[in-house]
Amino acid sequence: MMTLGLKFERLPSPVWVRAAIPFVAIAITFALVSVLVILAGANPFAVAYELLIDPLTKNSARGDILVMATPLLLTGAAVALAFAGGYYNIGAEGQLLAGAAAAAWVGQFVGDLSPWLAIPVMITGGFIAGALWALIPALLKVRLQVDEVVTTLLMNSIMGYIISALLNGPWRDPVSGWPQSPTIALSAQFPQIIPRTRVHFGFIVAAVVVIALWWILTRTRFGLELRAIGKNRDGAQFLGIRVERTMLAVALISGGIAGLAGVSEVAGIHYYLIGSLSPGYGYTGIIVATLGALAAPGVVMAALFLALVSRGALTASRELDIPIYLADVIQAVLLLVMLAVLLLTRYRIRRA
Amino acid sequence: MNIVEMRGITKRFGTLVANDKVDIDLGRGEIHALLGENGAGKSTLMKILYGLYQPDEVTITIEGRTQPIRSPAEAIERGVGFVSQHFSLVPTFTVAENILLGYEQQFRLDPAQMHTRVAQLATDNGFNIDPSAIVGKLSVGQQQRVEILKAIFRDCRVLILDEPTAVLTPRDTQSLFEILLKLCAQGLAVIIITHKLEEALQHSQRVTVLRHGKVVGSQETSSTTSAELARLMVGRQTTPVQRPANANASEPVVLEVSGLSVADKRGVHALNAVNFQVRAGEIVGIAGVAGNGQSELVSVLTGMLQPQRGAMRVDGQAVAFGDPRACTRHKIGRIPEDRLRGVIGDLSVADNLMIEQLDQFTIVGHLQPHAILEHAQRLINDFQIKAAPNDPVRTLSGGNIQKVILARTLAQDPAVVIAAQPTRGVDIGATEYVHQKLLEQKQRGAAILLISEDLDEILLLSDRILVMYNGRLVGEFDAAAVDLDRLSLLMTGAEKTG
Repeated sequence: MMTLGLKFERLPSPVWVRAAIPFVAIAITFALVSVLVILAGANPFAVAYELLIDPLTKNSARGDILVMATPLLLTGAAVALAFAGGYYNIGAEGQLLAGAAAAAWVGQFVGDLSPWLAIPVMITGGFIAGALWALIPALLKVRLQVDEVVTTLLMNSIMGYIISALLNGPWRDPVSGWPQSPTIALSAQFPQIIPRTRVHFGFIVAAVVVIALWWILTRTRFGLELRAIGKNRDGAQFLGIRVERTMLAVALISGGIAGLAGVSEVAGIHYYLIGSLSPGYGYTGIIVATLGALAAPGVVMAALFLALVSRGALTASRELDIPIYLADVIQAVLLLVMLAVLLLTRYRIRRA
Repeated sequence: MNIVEMRGITKRFGTLVANDKVDIDLGRGEIHALLGENGAGKSTLMKILYGLYQPDEVTITIEGRTQPIRSPAEAIERGVGFVSQHFSLVPTFTVAENILLGYEQQFRLDPAQMHTRVAQLATDNGFNIDPSAIVGKLSVGQQQRVEILKAIFRDCRVLILDEPTAVLTPRDTQSLFEILLKLCAQGLAVIIITHKLEEALQHSQRVTVLRHGKVVGSQETSSTTSAELARLMVGRQTTPVQRPANANASEPVVLEVSGLSVADKRGVHALNAVNFQVRAGEIVGIAGVAGNGQSELVSVLTGMLQPQRGAMRVDGQAVAFGDPRACTRHKIGRIPEDRLRGVIGDLSVADNLMIEQLDQFTIVGHLQPHAILEHAQRLINDFQIKAAPNDPVRTLSGGNIQKVILARTLAQDPAVVIAAQPTRGVDIGATEYVHQKLLEQKQRGAAILLISEDLDEILLLSDRILVMYNGRLVGEFDAAAVDLDRLSLLMTGAEKTG
């Protein structure tokens, strides 16, 4: 391609460029949103400080970052695994809710068990529920070549309505009449793991899952096969990889992991199921996985970064009296810029 | 007077000369057949006439006006129409909409008026076509007629048809030429790009043969014979003689294929009762012009396509079709036609080198990085692959990617090697290397099936040559005694049986 005497080549950038990406993206975003921030009557530098630095200086805020990162690590890992295998699972949100519903249900009946048993049972239940919810689109994809992007996305709405039906029907709180499920048994509630913060056992679950993701993708035959399928499906078939079976497994495991995010939110934060359990963690998981280049280390970085900015937005709006929506705008711009910069790193510009 | 005169057309792609000082004339009202093997430069020449390529040296004169053609829009404006093998029609639009697309002046469309205009156009030119039919629901032959009508609507005086009968049933082919004859009677000049001899002989008034980008013959069709055209088209001066010791006929049969038939959805046979055997230490070459069933044969033999009928045996044991793993189990080494299908470009060289033998490089589902790396380093050395084990394969040159496939395949000591177009698009050095490796495998006792469009390659390596035409094996030659004239006739379908 020839433009203005410069040549674009599809070659990855040198490593030092890739390491600079986050900083470049932040600088560009800063320039872009400064106008809005000034219009809102605030100092752009102060906003940048509140968003990116301030949360790291306080113990409780640092804890909050881990709490907020927990569901993102899980949905990010779920999406990264599926995308790496060429299965475009957009349904982590629905699978998360399926896992949450299962946790809320199982959690009501495990009061007699010790936490050592109750928690694993609930986690298993949530994983299975997420996987089952992922099963229908996965089968449609593998057997009938139905596009999974559409089916997994639509399954999210269906699960949203099922949750709503449950909460307004059989699970409506008998005392308050609120659409929320009965509180889960004490033995099923995730313990705090860092004193004086809200960081709960779910973070450990997320850490284990992310490590498992790294290990599967880089160290196992299954991971190699799923990456082969993700990169070149025909080639994988030619080389004797069982494409359908592997894809089905990838879809189910991805759904199961997303289900764990639901378990973690129910058992670690709310202790009951509510309709507004997830502010779109399943969709944010897509962003986390994409920003993280579909690899475990990237998922960790992206999830922590998004959690940092979200936490920073809370104080920024309070301290600087800017609308909380402005923080949303900044986050959105940052993500777009980050993705754009990441895309550009796939090319090199040379003089033609 | 000639309607088109092209003089001294030269077109280079890098170092490859696709057209070398080609002269061609087209008379008003004639059907002109442009014959040649794949890669002879036929399509390039016609794309120049249609303004898709800019030639390096050229004069093109259309209707007495000499002026370069810089774009298809200019070509259309000067009366040139092009119907390629892949139609440029909108399948969900009607015939009338497709024909008038881009040529309606008003913002508001008047379907009734469009219908009448196209209906009138069709009757005037003797087309039997319903203007309100949805194009996607028409047969391929009818879609082709829509394309032709579209060209005529744009006042086309020179119509180029690229392999027009490749996708047609015999009946559609017949009616296509009936229509073309009528149009020619009204003064249209038609160029047909083809590699089918009978077609050129039956339907054209003039025929020009291209070989390696040069015109090797141009004459009145009535004054030529199929034998002459076949010789011009395939023409080789001498048979290369330097060949290794021929295979011993007493060696056991390793690969045996019998009664292989593949039919597409319309029931047209891509492969029709194909039988052959390959002995240990023998290279059998399948010669033929592309598109005569070689791709389907390769797909079946490499486990990617399920035939309707037939059987395949290796060392007397039946091999299941449609299962690439069965090939690996029966020690069938596969060099695929499309080399980008034979590797996963985004995975490393080391991963690609062992991916067919995952069982050997995993312990309870765990990859063994040291063993994988050692294996890769050994093969990179043995096969002179210019790459590091961790380089993604897609960053390699075509020749080196081919070496990766070769290394993976041949290092497994295959009993059978299916080598499809093993040197397509690789440089001379890599080509010689591939040839040498195939000969080594032959010495080792592998049964090798070589499928190639490159006749020189077939002649150079094979012990026995089978000719494929229209999905059938139509002839067999002992490589030591090839009758090139007969081989050419068989390849181009001029002689039916062998």
